[in-house]
Amino acid sequence: MTAIWIVIAALALSTAALRLAGPLALGGRSLPPKAMNVVELLASALLAALVVVETFGKGGSLTLDARVLGAAFAAVAVWRRAPMIVVVLGAAAVTAVARLLY
Amino acid sequence: MPFGIAVFAISVSFGVLAHPLMGAVAPIVMSILVFSGSAQFGALAVLLAGGSTAAAIAAGVLLNARYLAMGLALAPSLKGRALSRASFAMSTVDASWAAASRGDGTFDPWYMVGVSIPQYAGWVLGTVVGVLIGSRLGNPNALGLDALFPAFFIALLFEEARGHRRLVAAGGGAGIALVLTPVLPAGVPILAAAAAAVAASRKRS
Repeated sequence: MTAIWIVIAALALSTAALRLAGPLALGGRSLPPKAMNVVELLASALLAALVVVETFGKGGSLTLDARVLGAAFAAVAVWRRAPMIVVVLGAAAVTAVARLLY
Repeated sequence: MPFGIAVFAISVSFGVLAHPLMGAVAPIVMSILVFSGSAQFGALAVLLAGGSTAAAIAAGVLLNARYLAMGLALAPSLKGRALSRASFAMSTVDASWAAASRGDGTFDPWYMVGVSIPQYAGWVLGTVVGVLIGSRLGNPNALGLDALFPAFFIALLFEEARGHRRLVAAGGGAGIALVLTPVLPAGVPILAAAAAAVAASRKRS
């Protein structure tokens, strides 16, 4: 449980620092263009990695299970611009039904 | 308002998924203090997979590094004393920042705050509701709730990965995670995906 509070404190402080750095500390200056380019691409790279790990990962290995169907539903729903509530409930429902049937 | 409702659905999911690991209070405190879906889901995903505290923090920080770029873009549009600029800056979240952009490189700070406040309310309230629901649920996996992680990351990725270089970074990050997940401890493959951002940054846009 201590570990969880450490994570919360660290993310609260670091997120505030990242939000404040531009408007307060850097005073109109910018980062070197090379660094800015990397910063702007980090979220895309990490989110894609998280999609893979959360869809196929299981305790240090890769696996195919009902989550894949839920994730596939979510991908189609997001692409068709479905409301977030549909994406969330649909992905869970598809996965739960697949587990029931299997 | 539509943002507030979408945020509510996401934060209910966060509360439900965080409850088994974090209990009732910690997820709510996290939503109040961090107020960032990608970092909160990312850190939770790493912890639930058995990753270390350091890996969970590093994943959250890297996911939020975009706030640095967003803050730099926002800075010239903020006037006044440091405290006032800080208040506007703290209200930065993806949707409100994008909504407040005037399209000419400047931002409407009051509009951003106006979009952020209902989102913040929805985020914290949703987490409370999620924790309450989570405390009454049995096995979250039987209800398919583990599929909420990929669903949520897919939704965020769809918004984020616009443009050639971001798509290259995303493809590289996915490939790195696929290759490294079987060989490295939980959480580390996600951090290693940052290498794809470095590689993609060298391509011309």
